[in-house]
Amino acid sequence: MQPTNRSSRILLPVKMWFVYTTLFIALFLNYIPTGHLPAVPDFVALVLAFWCVREPLKIGIGAGFVFGLLTDIGVGAALGQHAFAYVLLAYASNELARRVLWFTPVEQALHVLPLLFLTQVVMVVVRLLAGAEFPGWWMFFGSFVGAALWIPLHYVLLLPQYQPVERDENRPI
Amino acid sequence: MVGHSPPPFFKRGPAPLAKLVFFVLVSLGLLVSDLNLRYLEAFRQGLSVLAYPMQMAAATPADFVRNASDYFASLVRLQIENKELKRQQLQGAERLLRLDQIEQENRHLRELLEVRERQKVNTVVAEIMYTAKDPFSRKVILDKGTQAGIEAGQAVVDNVGVVGQITRVFPMQSELTLLTDKDQAIPVMIVRSGLRAVLFGSGNGLMELRYLAANADVQPGDKVVTSGLDGVFQSGLPVATVARVERDQAQAFARIPCLPAAGVEQFSHVLVLGQRANVLPRPPEPEVINKGKGRKSRAVKD
Repeated sequence: MQPTNRSSRILLPVKMWFVYTTLFIALFLNYIPTGHLPAVPDFVALVLAFWCVREPLKIGIGAGFVFGLLTDIGVGAALGQHAFAYVLLAYASNELARRVLWFTPVEQALHVLPLLFLTQVVMVVVRLLAGAEFPGWWMFFGSFVGAALWIPLHYVLLLPQYQPVERDENRPI
Repeated sequence: MVGHSPPPFFKRGPAPLAKLVFFVLVSLGLLVSDLNLRYLEAFRQGLSVLAYPMQMAAATPADFVRNASDYFASLVRLQIENKELKRQQLQGAERLLRLDQIEQENRHLRELLEVRERQKVNTVVAEIMYTAKDPFSRKVILDKGTQAGIEAGQAVVDNVGVVGQITRVFPMQSELTLLTDKDQAIPVMIVRSGLRAVLFGSGNGLMELRYLAANADVQPGDKVVTSGLDGVFQSGLPVATVARVERDQAQAFARIPCLPAAGVEQFSHVLVLGQRANVLPRPPEPEVINKGKGRKSRAVKD
């Protein structure tokens, strides 16, 4: 049988309440008023991309839209700005899920980086079309930090799904 | 057998692409109606009630950082600040005395002239909680909202000059757009020459006097104050100082960057001024004149 990804561990099925809890924690982190500090990653985009890649059948565009709207309200952005970007992000991560899971976490982070970057590009384009000022290149630094966070996130968010490794000589797998 | 596909094993709802198109259209619709038509304020208010507890909780770290820096402020700095405040208070007291006298005199004169007495505005002191996270605009969040009687459109000043305008009000907080925001404009007057103009935020922490002719009477260092023509800002509030004047022969208008007078980007307490009640009504539209002279003159709109 072909392995589905590099990890040899068999994971427990994900609990949906855990998925939504982590998304709300990410939303909370997004709400922290860091002002115009550079290099603050978009936590909701990151966690959303993570679950869209891990569980493409269970979470996707709808969640992206709802959490995008909540982010818009909280950070005082134009209504629909984050929603639009997250919908595209969720779709892209769902489509990439089958490919990305074959790679190690570091390589996965390299796949996620362009996704996060394009999410920001979409938002910049939307706001510039609406006549806002360009905030400066520093804001794109956030997606690089976000991609770097993918690696620890990969372990933290999967923690509840790990089961203790029991060595059983008689078990076939 | 064409068109007869087996029923799906797993229920997945509508196809991903259909969902994508649907949600993209919905969010684009929201964007257009929020940015261009401003229909969605009620919707935003409703959702903000849901988001408010979380926002408050998330603002706690920022509060903590701010208070911690206050706590660890050194004694020396406090002493210096105390001395400075006392000096300012003395100066202020002297000015206040003069102001009382001048106000009385002014009232007397106005009565004499039978001019309507200027409305005294009621003010609300508010504290700035944090800078809004949206990197595309310059907005801050105040800790007072509709419950303190704040309304959208009110002017906000600090102890030196105009800071900005309230653009959105929530029950417990309000959003203040700073003068340096790209969309913010304010009608002003140059004190030295009495020239009226409109001051726009230029987005990089500066402001710009626009639509002034290349030969307009403006010099670097000129004080710019509100003209009060908009009916929102009181007249005579300091707004900015002209930084430099760039006159380019190729352009019809001069480029005049200005430095904000108030500490527009670094302050903690501000004063929200009440709406001006007795704004004069708009003059009626002038009638079209010179009808018979061949050249048509257009009635001035607005």
